[in-house]
Amino acid sequence: MIAFDVLVVGAGHAGCEAASAAARMGARVGLLTLDANDPGTLSCNPAVGGIGKGHLVCEINAMGGIMGRITDKARIQSRILNRSKGPAVHGPRAQVDRKRYRAATAEILAEHPELKILVGAAQTLMVENGVVVGVETSVGPIRAAAVVLTTGTFLGGVMHQGDQRQSGGRIGAAASSLGDALRALGLPVSRLKTGTPPRLDGRTIDWGKLEWQAGDADRPQFSAANASDTPSLPCAVTRTTQATHRIITDNLRKSALYGGHIASVGPRYCPSIEDKVVRFGDRDGHQIFLEPEGYDDSTIYPNGLSTSLPLDVQEAFIATIPGLERARIIRPGYAIEYDHVDPRALAPTLAVINLPGLFLAGQINGTTGYEEAAAQGLIAGANAAAAALNRPSVTIDRATGYIGVMIDDLTTHGVTEPYRMFTSRAEYRLRLRTDNAAQRLTPTAITHGLVGGADADRFEAARTARSTARTMLDSLSASPKRLAALNIETRQDGVIRSVFQWLRFPVMNRGAALLVWPELQAIPEALFASLSIDACYASYLDRQDEDVANFRRDEALKIFADLDFRRVPGLSHEMAERLARAQPATLGAAGRIAGITPAALVALLPYTRKAA
Amino acid sequence: MSAATIAALASGHPPAAIAVIRISGPQALASVAALAGAIPPPRRLSLRTLVDPTTGATLDSALVAVFRGPATASGEDLAELHLHGGVAVVSGVLAALTALPGVRLAEPGEFTRRAFANGRMDLAQVEGLADLIAAETASQRQQALALAGGALSRAADAWRSRCIDILSEAEAGLDFAEDEADVAARLNEAARTELLALVADLDELLTDSSRGARIRNGLSIAISGPPNSGKSSLVNVLSNRDAAIVTAIAGTTRDPIEVPLDLGGVAAVLIDTAGLRETDDPIEAEGIRRARARAADADLVLHVVEHLPVILPETGILIVNKVDLLDASASPLPNCFFVSATRGDGIDDLRKWLAKWASETARPGEPALLSHVRHRAAFADAASALTEAAETSDPVLRAEGLRHAARAFGRIAGRVDVDDVLDRIFSRFCIGK
Repeated sequence: MIAFDVLVVGAGHAGCEAASAAARMGARVGLLTLDANDPGTLSCNPAVGGIGKGHLVCEINAMGGIMGRITDKARIQSRILNRSKGPAVHGPRAQVDRKRYRAATAEILAEHPELKILVGAAQTLMVENGVVVGVETSVGPIRAAAVVLTTGTFLGGVMHQGDQRQSGGRIGAAASSLGDALRALGLPVSRLKTGTPPRLDGRTIDWGKLEWQAGDADRPQFSAANASDTPSLPCAVTRTTQATHRIITDNLRKSALYGGHIASVGPRYCPSIEDKVVRFGDRDGHQIFLEPEGYDDSTIYPNGLSTSLPLDVQEAFIATIPGLERARIIRPGYAIEYDHVDPRALAPTLAVINLPGLFLAGQINGTTGYEEAAAQGLIAGANAAAAALNRPSVTIDRATGYIGVMIDDLTTHGVTEPYRMFTSRAEYRLRLRTDNAAQRLTPTAITHGLVGGADADRFEAARTARSTARTMLDSLSASPKRLAALNIETRQDGVIRSVFQWLRFPVMNRGAALLVWPELQAIPEALFASLSIDACYASYLDRQDEDVANFRRDEALKIFADLDFRRVPGLSHEMAERLARAQPATLGAAGRIAGITPAALVALLPYTRKAA
Repeated sequence: MSAATIAALASGHPPAAIAVIRISGPQALASVAALAGAIPPPRRLSLRTLVDPTTGATLDSALVAVFRGPATASGEDLAELHLHGGVAVVSGVLAALTALPGVRLAEPGEFTRRAFANGRMDLAQVEGLADLIAAETASQRQQALALAGGALSRAADAWRSRCIDILSEAEAGLDFAEDEADVAARLNEAARTELLALVADLDELLTDSSRGARIRNGLSIAISGPPNSGKSSLVNVLSNRDAAIVTAIAGTTRDPIEVPLDLGGVAAVLIDTAGLRETDDPIEAEGIRRARARAADADLVLHVVEHLPVILPETGILIVNKVDLLDASASPLPNCFFVSATRGDGIDDLRKWLAKWASETARPGEPALLSHVRHRAAFADAASALTEAAETSDPVLRAEGLRHAARAFGRIAGRVDVDDVLDRIFSRFCIGK
């Protein structure tokens, strides 16, 4: 029988990231996939990153993960969304070439000699004495010290198009029955829904009518690695019309969503076109982005047209959209229902609390999106390796990264719809920025072995450069008078300020600063920009320090792992029930559960211990 | 770790004979020094005069004890102030303490939590305290409910709701502007106007909060006038008791004397001030200094005179006393009463006028929302965050201010979850591609 330290089931974004993380930590890893071509498949839109999601990719990159590198190699164009808004909400995003994305994934996974890709279907979990010890597969049993399930929409997947339904995890791929195995093991399993738009033949689109959207000229990238330098391709933008809305309204009953075929909940922020018309039919039209799927591929992904209407209705309404009058559908859109596990059953390591040896990541935890999946994959894979190799676990808290925010939200509150990352979910948003992701996360990654070698050296060098630069900004100073002499207009309040303090004033950009202090030339432009952001937010960040200190203090109080909340004196029945459902790991997490009172937290205090 | 210094009333609710305020954290000793002038010797009770460092006003004469951490109940630097147990004294001292940088009011259970976190309490002790605190918060909640019929929570909820409305607009602009173009367009004009309206309303409420404190603490009425004009007699006849010593010797009253008074259901305090005159007696001089201070702070001043002065006082009302000794019956003047404190002439009219004034000033039928220091602190915190939000041009910082304000209201009414914000965004905007 084959045996691994870590077996990852599923080779989507969560699975690949989990396998790579476990391998980086030195585990022998098996990556089980239904098809050898699957790793790196983009099931939905051909783009990575965005607002909030871009933060996740930068954080994955800071922890030595692969999504940023793959995206950079496969990019068609890249942009910073929200560029005009505050730097805390900048969202790097790239359109990618599907085939190149898959190729880059295979190439990067092959860098790990201890990572074996296995082709087969998982059938059920092998459990001995209440501990998961491997997976029964179509190619025989595979033993592993830790198993990571990243099954995406394949778990009990059912696809809907009008009144037609078909079992499967993606067009052309079979569903998995592993969900039944999880139910049998007592895990809380329920259903969610998502959808995808029809794919169009780009050669049948009237591009002359459409508005173009190009990438940014400076071609931002996620990783420090070499990025693709093939020419950028633009996307195009069009809108639905009143005629589109009329056709959809007239045929609403034929939609799987509105015809009563789908009961599960879909995401409000990625609604089907049916949802948009029903809920916001008063709008003149809804924006549709036409995204190319690759350099040598004429397939176009019409972002914004997710639908579960029958094919003839899809054809009819698409013909009412400017530019798409004669567009041919290559593959119809559909909705998909799938099983997910209530993530409140998980610890912050993404381990299943009541089933040692099992870790879950990605859509199985109720999330949506490649980036959300990959970030969980990294954490689950790292902790699976840590468990297998008997090393300390890897967790990230809400004050350190969006990854921490997401995992805490999932494991504390559970999900009522597919979970997507937003910057508004992060209470420490001002400090969790894309420009400082490495500072926040790379030290942890180095400690756990997720980042090493040349990357670790590069980080240490960058850290030294940053602190040297910061010292320089704090030690050089000037009076308003001196600035005025150089034609930099500020209020003449007579206060001598350091460079760092001056950087808070909008007039003090890099050019102005170099005029006053030519020695600042020594600080590279990107580093200077990042430190300028620190300067602008400094007063807010200082004020948040107390919040963060309070947060960390309560996070340091770990609740006893096997605590029966119903037996804690002083806890009301209601409080005990709420706590038992969410199984908080720390006193801080307990406090974030809706409805938990301060008195309940005090009652919990005796059942906590201070973490080292 | 930069923990905040926390302060709270550690004894029962005032009024009581004494009230103990406990302060814990890195700034504990410094905050005592700020009010008492210097840090008294540790682990000993010292008598100190507490002065509000911002206004210079004397707050109380108190017994002060300081303890250096970690060998203290909380494991941190700790101080206790043993005050006179009046409502105004306690809220004044708490307000002065929390105005200091790095000092805020403690949340429920926070002293205990710190004691436990610093290893100063064992498990059994905390368990015992849990019940106690549960009982305490329950009774506090009951008390608050009885006080305002839940009006404060409802008001805080409504404010929070308004904040979250604007916040959801702001957050939609940050998280979804690129998804759907109409989000950005709807966003900016709405946010700033709404914010300014919100700040204006809050300011009004905060101004009205002094009325709340007046309902709780009683309206203050100072009686002032030249020596031996019969001020103490007037206090006695208005309060139907012999609180003030009445003699024919000018300068008998040295310390201000406070006498509680019921004015048609509104609580009031009559302050009999020392006769205001030049004096060489240092004790009497101090009494006079305090009298002027009290009179300056009072809600109403009754100027007691024996004869109609040439210049009428600008504020307050004029009481021409000892009409029994005057021959001429005087002509009526606005805000002027002719009385005889000894015979009782004109006292009924004065009483009626005072009752009318009291009900107009305190509006006892409308519950005042912000009578507690903690609530006022939360609302003031929210107001300053919202002002900042209205002023900034960075949409991220605007959202930051709104979040801060929503959290401040949430401390009174419940809590703010991110999902509140997202729910509103999704109900108003067509989000997503």
